[in-house]
Amino acid sequence: MLKTSLNGAENHDLDVVQVLREDGTLDPEHDPKLSDENVVYIHRHMVSTRLLDERLVALQRQGRIGFHVGSVGEEAAILGSTFAMGELDWLLPCYREFGGALMRGLSLQRFLDNMFGNRNDTVHGRQMPDHYTCREKRWGSISSPVGTQITQAVGLAWAAKLSKERSSVLVYFGDGATSSCEFHSGLNFAGVFKTPTIFFCRNNGWAISVPADRQTASRTFAEKASGYGIPGVRVDGNDVFAVVAVTQKARERALNGQGATLIEALTYRMGGHSTSDDPNRYRPMADLEPWQKRDPIERSREYLVKKGLWGDADDAALVLEVETQFREAVRIAEDTPPPDLASMFDDVYAKPPWHLEEQRAQLLGGPRAPSQH
Amino acid sequence: MPLMNMVQAINDALRVAMRKDERVVILGEDVGKVGGVFRVTAGLFDEFGEDRVIDTPLSEGGIIGAAVGMALYGMVPIPEIQFSDFIWPAYDQIVNELAKYRYRSGGEYTAGMVIRTPVGGGIRGGHYHSQHPEAHFIHVPGIKVVIPSNAYDAKGLLLAAIEDPDPVLFLEPKRVYRAAKGEVPEGHYKVPLESAAIARDGSDVTVLAYGAMLYEALDAATKAAEQGVECEVIDLRTLWPVDIQTILASVKKTGRLVVVHEAAKTGGFGGELVTLVCERAFYHLQAPPIRVTGFDTPFPYTLEMEYMPLSHRILPAVLESARA
Repeated sequence: MLKTSLNGAENHDLDVVQVLREDGTLDPEHDPKLSDENVVYIHRHMVSTRLLDERLVALQRQGRIGFHVGSVGEEAAILGSTFAMGELDWLLPCYREFGGALMRGLSLQRFLDNMFGNRNDTVHGRQMPDHYTCREKRWGSISSPVGTQITQAVGLAWAAKLSKERSSVLVYFGDGATSSCEFHSGLNFAGVFKTPTIFFCRNNGWAISVPADRQTASRTFAEKASGYGIPGVRVDGNDVFAVVAVTQKARERALNGQGATLIEALTYRMGGHSTSDDPNRYRPMADLEPWQKRDPIERSREYLVKKGLWGDADDAALVLEVETQFREAVRIAEDTPPPDLASMFDDVYAKPPWHLEEQRAQLLGGPRAPSQH
Repeated sequence: MPLMNMVQAINDALRVAMRKDERVVILGEDVGKVGGVFRVTAGLFDEFGEDRVIDTPLSEGGIIGAAVGMALYGMVPIPEIQFSDFIWPAYDQIVNELAKYRYRSGGEYTAGMVIRTPVGGGIRGGHYHSQHPEAHFIHVPGIKVVIPSNAYDAKGLLLAAIEDPDPVLFLEPKRVYRAAKGEVPEGHYKVPLESAAIARDGSDVTVLAYGAMLYEALDAATKAAEQGVECEVIDLRTLWPVDIQTILASVKKTGRLVVVHEAAKTGGFGGELVTLVCERAFYHLQAPPIRVTGFDTPFPYTLEMEYMPLSHRILPAVLESARA
């Protein structure tokens, strides 16, 4: 069973929505009634995300990319919620949801061009890896400071509502972000103005080295919603069926003019915060064990195997497919030169003012730095 | 042409913009029924309704964060920060989000908006209703900083700022909100951004000023003229990107430079202006440039007139420069 309370209260009113039972059957109460085809589709994206995470960490360890912030263990929370959103909906990511962006339609090549910060990177190597943008899929631009996207998601949803467009906005953040001013302001504005916003909190237990019970004295993150006059719901974030179900419900509410919802997805960050972090300094290995048993990918796989929709051959084929695509995309990304030097001065303003044109000319006419890295 | 003060001119600009473009919305504290604590948005709630003139919860970070989200969607928000002294909870959104959106997304996302906020002292407002924070924003690549000194410019610059593709911080010198009256054309017109105005022609000393201090500089210039020193007073209007050509042309003519601003001296915009001139026109200078500014203290209440760089402090600086 999940540890359902942060701060000790033994309370059975803190229900956690679960659909996928331990015996591999689905609880009909919250069953989102996904087609077999869709379950396979989401599972494939979860597995691909895991495989890519492993390979990106390896690339970083080899010194070929500078950084990666991974999502191992959180695939159901991320892919289930992204899946539940429609084409006209917007998603504002934190920085740990590249799997969702790929599901939304960001191409693997474009993602890897960003990981390498090369000339084809659509953000021109201006940001760290994992800070890509994909407006055409209504996927946000990524910022590193925690929580800043929360109030923006409220404004975006508010604008959609004022423009009478039937769309909602899902915003991702972690448990740490619930301590930010933006969390408070965002939920408060969303409550007052009934904006169609879905606040999706991936409670993965950690904000770098600080555990979730250092972020709050509340029993849960979800119950904070009541202070803002919006519903809060807790969901087993490693149960992809449950994640789809609660996100779909929150989306329906949003689209029907009933306002915002806070979702707390209980999951676990199985890796470090990023490739720059060493979780062994603060987290006993034993803490991972209960969550390894609840691995979201193992759980959906077990379900599919029981239904005869997945087997060992599918695993092998998917690994080969991802591996092949990844190798090819890495080869292209790595062979692509760095961004054009002159591009450093573009997009600061719509049109570079005199001082940027002057500085551009100074850079281009001056000496080059000794190396790129 | 109707005679308006700056409050009326800004109000008129907002009305013209909102009638012209449905995407324009105003949000902030007390901007709705009461029409703002300075009445700048008076009557707009009645004309455009609560969905376009929006009273928000009391959270500057929330106002600007939400406005950024609205702008990402394609609306043109005009958030008001009631006093610029209250802008700091929104500083992260302005510096890390608003100013960087175009750059960090490779131009996919932009967040064009105008943040309006009253600035400056001389109204017995103490620390928290008097500050003049332009330097904190000029230092941030990606935003423009504009400050009118009169009613005509206020309307024309605000309309230009609203139609500009980049985010603009629009500072309103509240000491002269009602004092600065002038003829203002009806309907739509723009005063181009990034262009300074020569407020008084002169050949002896160049004086750079903006906002409420322009009038102090002009007063000092009148008194200097009585002593035979002719000042060229330049109203910068857009602080960043500044109109460097107008400044340089004047300094090359006069060979002397005095810069006036209300904000504290150290790290203030005056230092940047002096440096820009020194880098480009050093050999034209016949005297050391002089800064006449607020002091490096928090803005004081009772002694505010001693703190501010008023005419009585500008005049000796101008004479010193002329006689050096």
